[in-house]
Amino acid sequence: MLDQSQGYVTDDGRKIGGVVMEMKNITLRFGGVEAIKDISFDIREGEIRAIIGPNGAGKSSMLNVISGFYHPQEGEVWYRGRKRPPMKPYQVARQGIARTFQNIALFEGMSVLDNVMTGRLTHMDSNIFRQAIWKGRAEREEVENREKAERIIDFLEIQNIRKTPVSRLPYGLKKRVELARALVSEPSLLLLDEPMAGMNVEEKEDMCRFILDVNDEFGTTIALIEHDMGVVMDLSDRVVVMDYGKKIGDGTPHEVRNNPEVIDAYLGVSHD
Amino acid sequence: MAETHSGAGGHQSLPALLHRNATLYRDKPAYREKELGIWQSWTWGQTEQEIEALALGLLNLGLRKGDFVAIIGRNRPYLYWAMVAVQSCGAVPVPVYQDAVAEEMAYVLEHCGARFVIAADQEQVDKVIEIRDQLGQLEHMIYLDPRGLRKYDHSKLHQYSHVQDQGRAARDEYLPELKRRREALGFDDTCVMLYTSGTTGKPKGVVLSNRNVILTSKNSCEFDKLTVDEDILSYLPMAWVGDFIFSIGQAYWAGFCVNCPESPDTMLTDLREIGPTYFFAPPRVFETQLTNVMIRMEDAGRLKKWLFDHYMAHARKVGPAILDGKPVGMGDRFRYWLGNLFVYGPLKNTLGFSRVRVGYTAGEAIGPEIFDFYRALGINLKQLYGQTEATVFITAQPDGEVRSDTVGIKCPDVEIRIADTGEVFYRSPGVFVEYYKNAESTASTKDPEGWVATGDAGFIEPDTGHLRIIDRAKDVGQMADGRMFAPKYVENKLKFFPNILEAVLFGNGRDECVAFINIDLTAVGNWAERNNIAYSSYQELAGHPQVMKTIQSHVEEVNRSVAQDEMLSGCQVHRFVVLHKELDADDGELTRTRKVRRRIIEEKYADIIAALYDGSKSVSTRTEVTYEDGRKGHISATLEIRAAAVVGERQRMAAE
Repeated sequence: MLDQSQGYVTDDGRKIGGVVMEMKNITLRFGGVEAIKDISFDIREGEIRAIIGPNGAGKSSMLNVISGFYHPQEGEVWYRGRKRPPMKPYQVARQGIARTFQNIALFEGMSVLDNVMTGRLTHMDSNIFRQAIWKGRAEREEVENREKAERIIDFLEIQNIRKTPVSRLPYGLKKRVELARALVSEPSLLLLDEPMAGMNVEEKEDMCRFILDVNDEFGTTIALIEHDMGVVMDLSDRVVVMDYGKKIGDGTPHEVRNNPEVIDAYLGVSHD
Repeated sequence: MAETHSGAGGHQSLPALLHRNATLYRDKPAYREKELGIWQSWTWGQTEQEIEALALGLLNLGLRKGDFVAIIGRNRPYLYWAMVAVQSCGAVPVPVYQDAVAEEMAYVLEHCGARFVIAADQEQVDKVIEIRDQLGQLEHMIYLDPRGLRKYDHSKLHQYSHVQDQGRAARDEYLPELKRRREALGFDDTCVMLYTSGTTGKPKGVVLSNRNVILTSKNSCEFDKLTVDEDILSYLPMAWVGDFIFSIGQAYWAGFCVNCPESPDTMLTDLREIGPTYFFAPPRVFETQLTNVMIRMEDAGRLKKWLFDHYMAHARKVGPAILDGKPVGMGDRFRYWLGNLFVYGPLKNTLGFSRVRVGYTAGEAIGPEIFDFYRALGINLKQLYGQTEATVFITAQPDGEVRSDTVGIKCPDVEIRIADTGEVFYRSPGVFVEYYKNAESTASTKDPEGWVATGDAGFIEPDTGHLRIIDRAKDVGQMADGRMFAPKYVENKLKFFPNILEAVLFGNGRDECVAFINIDLTAVGNWAERNNIAYSSYQELAGHPQVMKTIQSHVEEVNRSVAQDEMLSGCQVHRFVVLHKELDADDGELTRTRKVRRRIIEEKYADIIAALYDGSKSVSTRTEVTYEDGRKGHISATLEIRAAAVVGERQRMAAE
């Protein structure tokens, strides 16, 4: 089913394109601890790619490498056919990569709308003086950005909390606002760090639907980390399984589910 | 247009009224909808073009004269246009409750044999696809919001805007045919078919003619002097006759503007932004708003709380009198003016009622405290009495004659008769044509002379001419000793307490009455929060001893009030339980318009009722629940049975 150079077609008939991002032999150390050991995998255009693994497997570290927050000691990150030099996170954001965080990182005192608008920051060109005078480009940009923000607010069905300060929202809604902020930057690659953590069944179902809709409607490539196996298997096209910093499986949900090493890792076979 | 000048100024159909409005009020707003955070608006001129484009598109798809077209979705201008576009083609629109589950929808679509469905979004399209196999006649489906529908098979599925585009492209080809069909519409053609939710049995399709809709709209607009300058907010289900009359009938007759909220959750914000001048809401909406105000005042600072209490007390004293134009002293007027400056004005603005000139409530009895609260603020809230079969209006309260315990005098051109059994009958230009494919029910409801049985028991007050409704005629029963059993009367009294959301009284043919109570999660939850009472679920809160105690005091208060009425004193509640789950339309316990389905509840909770009568202290029960997505589950609970003090019973027993 996998063709290295071309793409593939999913079970539900979506066409997946070529490689967008490729991780080549990544190793990441914190002092003496090896969080990620020699891992390679790729993410393809238009797919939903999951990274799973038990606690401490190195999933979040991996996502932080992709987002440019951590710089691996060994290995290369290739993005859209080019090797990526060490970058600051804002530079990565300008390349069209957006993310959400495991422990929600919103501006608590600001309204939902303002939080979402901050996601447009990478698309603002007018300088502080133009902003102060509020004529011409600054005004046009604001109108355009607000429209983009409103489209996302409509898409994620959060119109009723548009003006509500984020601090007053329940957890599940904050997660949705974070997704909105990531989406409004019109990313080509969206990274989701445990989007369903701490949610009840209904909230999880809503979130699943939004993730699928985002992929379907905007054609956004999505890489996500998730604990909930059921969710991952339903949602993703291909899955990378990590355990103790190593890659122990990579393939479609069906392949991964029948991989003996993966079963061992999840059922807790002793490692000696 | 060839018009015969008769009846309502020659305008014998909604498309004809549309054309009149597009000529007279070309640049006045006809529709507004908030989208992407901004109010978008369409003038009458634009509305006519949009509707024509859709009608042409429907002809292009092969819509025939007399076809039924189901319209499913929340209030949006596009769906209102769809109704009139369907009428222009000589077909019949059938709005369907959007929260109906697939099985309920299957019944309606199958019964009317809809050939076309116009649905709002993926959710509704999915439901229709699920039941498609049962629907032989269904051919085309049109959807409004393309989100998530990209990958669906589009051989029989069309996007609304594409249908319009095709209609515009084929204008020359189909316009003569459309004109022919539009001009053929007369007073006796069907305007709309609405399914009644039905407290018993399957829903019935009520056929309303253009005569019904247009004459009723004309009369009611004149009754309340509604003009082209009104603004209304349309948020009640489109499948409900009230919304059809307010948002289409009256709007087309008077030419006023219909505003649609951004989403169901933003209704209160949108209400405030629009500030309607004519407003309709079931008592529940007013209750919720009042509860919210009271909750927020509990949290307010001491000065604000004092101001609020002080001026509200004054408003209750003189507000309704000022509103009714009765004589009020200069001092009181001045204090009311001050109160308006400090409290009533800002409060009305917060609620979105600053501009309301005419407000109506109907459907259920409204608590006198709630009613008086709004009237005290200077909001002209009135009651009306109506039903689908009457095209809404039977009675309504004229300005200056408003009371919480009556439903008003008969509307223009309406005749009322009270049968010996106490049942209310009426005859009016709004009386429906028939129940579709149900001659038997039509005959049993409407007699050959056009009198319709309301199914409600009531009487007309001799000195004022106001109608008072006691209960559903079929619910009024007898207790074992022959005393009158009127459950709704007691239930309404219970429901007037903010803590009680729903109540069901039992006792027909028995010695004593018992009741089920549902707590109101907003009110009780807030009380629990303020008193540091922790709870993890509805069930736990409902069973909390403190909550039980509060509810018991409410029940006993109602008993004292019921006891004052000689005729109904037998209806006092002897024992009650607080239910472990909210009564829900998804479980079939309520209708979609949230009326209690007594018989179903009686069957479903037979074990609890038995325990209420056999003297048990508690009862364990297991109840099936249906989740929003149609899956089923069970909840188990042990409910405490409480006895409530009753008044006067012992004396009566002793006297016997």
